[in-house]
Amino acid sequence: MALTSFSFLLFAGVLLILYYLIPRKLQWPLLLMASTVFYLWGGIENLFYILFTGAVTYGATRIIEKNQEKFDKKTAKKKNRLWVILTACVIFGLLAVCKVRFTFRNILLPLGLSFYMFQSVGYVLDVYRGKVKAEKNPLKLLLFVSYFPQLVQGPISKFGTLAPQLFAKHAFDGKQVAFGLQRMLWGFFKKMVIADRIAVAVVALKGPSYTGLSFLVLTIFYAIQIYGDFTGGIDIVIGFSEAFGIRLTENFVRPFFSKNIAEYWRRWHISLGEWMKDYIFYPISISSPMRKLSKAARKKWANFGKRIPVYAASFATWFCTGIWHGITPNFVLWGMMNCVVIVASEELTPLYERFHGRFHLKDKKWYGVFEMLRMFMLMNLIRIVDLFPNVGEYFRRMGTMFTSVKVPFMKLGLTGLDYGILGCGILLLFVVSLYQEKKGSVREALLRQNFAVRYALIFLLFLAVLLLGSYGIGYDAGNFIYNQF
Amino acid sequence: MDKLIAILSELHPDVNFETETGLIDNGILDSFDVVTIVAEVDDTFDVQIPAEELVPENFNSAQSLYELIQRLA
Repeated sequence: MALTSFSFLLFAGVLLILYYLIPRKLQWPLLLMASTVFYLWGGIENLFYILFTGAVTYGATRIIEKNQEKFDKKTAKKKNRLWVILTACVIFGLLAVCKVRFTFRNILLPLGLSFYMFQSVGYVLDVYRGKVKAEKNPLKLLLFVSYFPQLVQGPISKFGTLAPQLFAKHAFDGKQVAFGLQRMLWGFFKKMVIADRIAVAVVALKGPSYTGLSFLVLTIFYAIQIYGDFTGGIDIVIGFSEAFGIRLTENFVRPFFSKNIAEYWRRWHISLGEWMKDYIFYPISISSPMRKLSKAARKKWANFGKRIPVYAASFATWFCTGIWHGITPNFVLWGMMNCVVIVASEELTPLYERFHGRFHLKDKKWYGVFEMLRMFMLMNLIRIVDLFPNVGEYFRRMGTMFTSVKVPFMKLGLTGLDYGILGCGILLLFVVSLYQEKKGSVREALLRQNFAVRYALIFLLFLAVLLLGSYGIGYDAGNFIYNQF
Repeated sequence: MDKLIAILSELHPDVNFETETGLIDNGILDSFDVVTIVAEVDDTFDVQIPAEELVPENFNSAQSLYELIQRLA
């Protein structure tokens, strides 16, 4: 059941009405039932993977907690470390098998696999670290693992923030429901009016005959497509949950306004970045072997030695982030390129500081815009690698970037009207993002308008989705790019 | 506390660590800074900060970090 399908809207509508009609103690069991129906809809095998992950997670966390109660802190930690490793091996082992089957035999990945497996392992680690208590009710734990809206493409939630909201009793709150539905509508707009329309040109530009400046245009079009697609999907998921009184963690904070790569990764796919930081980057960078290595290295190279742990941990983190997206050389290269840019910008920091100390450009508005554009183009060039069949083709096409300035815009499957709609849609997206960046919530601003203006604007957005969304024979609105991960 | 402020100031000389209470939330310290601080705290105070303590609440201000060090010492 795709998030943009009529069946999902009907399903969500019935669920929302039922949720606020039934006794509140039955709200979380209803969400569990809905999650089960959602998975069954996609095929019974989906249910097997999620039940297996839930069972392993439940068993492991109960054992870990029992050990914590039974033994002293040091012994419990030693015993539990083995359980954590075993659990991670079982869950990630299954994930790896599925990813290999997907990559080499084209067998579809079970729905939301990467998302709920990462969420589950994160929860096991949080219990191990004593951050949260192990959930005793297996059905409640199953709801945490399987809460269906976020498993289509995230965000990857933490037990400490999501679980209490899932199990709480929620009274009907008109403003909350209205805000949730408005955000869903905005998500549909981004996905169906912008992302799915520009996707046609992206598919065309991927073709081997499009070289020269077309490559640069492809990087920009793909950035718009993936942003509309991914953030649109996340808006639908977060808005849907908001209507049910459940606030999911934000996954994007207008990343294209970033001025450097560290800031970009604090704003893009935040929940995956946080997961990688908490469970891979930090444990590696402050591990005992790393500390020893750093101490030894500092004797030879004072400053560089200090940074060895963070560089080694960055390498591991970006390698994992790459293969999380897919077990292909393209994604490994994508991860490594991000790592190289991060390390290079860290190493070049003294140079930047000297430059800014001399030229005082940081306070100038135009320089801030230049930094944003620079980061936008750099990330576009890195991101695009996953579009090509192999790494060689990526470099070949990039090499042709300045060989020709001709871009056959009217031969990419889009009409002049399409470009007009895209232009207006992107402009609206930019204005809304700028308002959010400078002033805050657009929905709160809308609420301050009188009734007629507010609903006229919402109705216009609804009409835009209905009339300007990409539909038609052979068109599958349900295919979100991040479904494949 | 003075030693801790000195460690932090070496990383970001332009920040007033006596008063700032949103070092993580306001994006002043990033994950690279946090790891550097952990190593410096280990060297200076002989205190090993474990991964589970690397949360914003412990690093948002010099005071909260100082309290963490005292708790772990």
